[in-house]
Amino acid sequence: MVDKISVGYTHLSGCTGCTVALADNYGGLLTLLDRYVDLKYHLTLADVRHIQQVDVAIVEGSVCIQDKLAVEEIKETREKAAVVVALGGCACYGNITRFSRGGQQNQPAHESYLPIGDLIKVDVYIPGCAPTPQMIRNVCVMAYLLLKGTKEQKELATKFLTPLMNMAAKGTSACFCELMTEVINQGLCMGCGSCAAACPVRAITMEFGKPNGERDLCIKCGACYSQCPRGFFNTDVISEYEAINEAIMAALQ
Amino acid sequence: MGAELGKYKSVVAARSADKEILKGAQDGGIVTSLFAYALDEGIIDGAIVAGSYEEDPNVESTASQNHHWRPKPIVATTKAELLAARGTKYNISPNVSLIKEATRSYGLDKVGIVGTPCQMQAVRKGQLYPFGWRDVESSIALAVGIFCMENFPYQSILQLVEDHAAMKLESVKKMEIGKGKFWVYGKRGQVVQLPLKVTHKYEQPGCHVCMDYVANLADISTGSVGSPDGWSTVFVRSKIGDSVWAKAMAAGVFETQPIEKVKPGLELVSKLANEKITKNKNTLEARKTFGVGKALRNPYI
Repeated sequence: MVDKISVGYTHLSGCTGCTVALADNYGGLLTLLDRYVDLKYHLTLADVRHIQQVDVAIVEGSVCIQDKLAVEEIKETREKAAVVVALGGCACYGNITRFSRGGQQNQPAHESYLPIGDLIKVDVYIPGCAPTPQMIRNVCVMAYLLLKGTKEQKELATKFLTPLMNMAAKGTSACFCELMTEVINQGLCMGCGSCAAACPVRAITMEFGKPNGERDLCIKCGACYSQCPRGFFNTDVISEYEAINEAIMAALQ
Repeated sequence: MGAELGKYKSVVAARSADKEILKGAQDGGIVTSLFAYALDEGIIDGAIVAGSYEEDPNVESTASQNHHWRPKPIVATTKAELLAARGTKYNISPNVSLIKEATRSYGLDKVGIVGTPCQMQAVRKGQLYPFGWRDVESSIALAVGIFCMENFPYQSILQLVEDHAAMKLESVKKMEIGKGKFWVYGKRGQVVQLPLKVTHKYEQPGCHVCMDYVANLADISTGSVGSPDGWSTVFVRSKIGDSVWAKAMAAGVFETQPIEKVKPGLELVSKLANEKITKNKNTLEARKTFGVGKALRNPYI
């Protein structure tokens, strides 16, 4: 138990899809909980309701600023965690909750939803709707190595997590538009199709080798731009894909 | 020769032992043969390759737009489909766009994919950082990379062939870049060559920041450079690559020659790789001071 990292899970305005993705690691989740992670609180998976002091707090969902409890919880989450991870499109970028205009029963005045980064400092982003079980798993293993690993493991974990930290530092706005403004407009797109494969709502098709976005379909989850190899490409980490994948799989054996 | 060739376990000159594959192959028929063998052996259930819009009933073929040369990524699950996709089309086929779909509506558990060096980078990024590629990472069973100096948009190929080479795209049998020229071979036997300085302005801009010539991140990478005509240079890079290549060799899928024994050999691969890397490093450098106190974005930091 002493060697585990303590993790909390704050559930705000999210659909529980991120929780399901976490749980979809199946046996891997049990191994994570067995060996690496002491889950201190989690609305769905642990019978504890209050935010506690943890090494890593994972946040699912955006914050409704008309919901006093949600605002208190996100602030308390920040105050009581060394590292805050925004999990999924809503926590990172607002995602589908960006389109809320209120009026829904039974809280019609709950109309304004913000990505958590608009209220607190966030350290790591895991975009996507839903984020994938494999990405959550990789970040969990790397977070463990960062806090409890050997010197080499800490270095690797730092390098692995850096792009996710850079995304968190960059801001709270994302949609298909980044593919245009940050990739094509910057002369960087080479037409691989990663974005189209990443999009959860099939808003992206490849037309004559370039992404074409059906912008009305885009839910602003951030999967396409984060998946783009010209969004970020940390050569030193990705070139070691074979060894890193093996290490992650070995950690979960 | 060093880092420019990437990590590899072995390198040889090779060509397919299958005459039928060689007939329509760009060079040594390596990719088609590897996938055909891997399909037969159950190493993969299908492969994402560059098919074409020729067979697509939704796209109307006109004389000026012969869709054989417009690549469309397809999931090939038979040798016939692989054969139909032989040859290089010299314009963008977003093969990675099917990487998730191959495991969904096509139902593949073991996916093969061929791609350019940047597409291999995309595949490996997607395995380590699968933001939107759920349950894909462990389904990638064989990634074959092809050497690439740069790619072209389809419209560039149209313009190069029809305006510069003055040939109808529909009459083209084969295109090739080699010996410092862009070659267009017609079905009636005519051959037109364009100097590469004509083709440069038609290149895809995104290629100019690429630091990889020989698909460093593929399981197996291959290309014509370094080997004699009709042969390909093959780098075996990963554990998966090593295992598949050894099995294919044992099954007699390829003829090989030691790379040291062939002309022009690895020196030329190394020279071209260094040329690409140097040129594109300069591009990245120039992007830092592109505006007045304003840089263009660097994807590598």
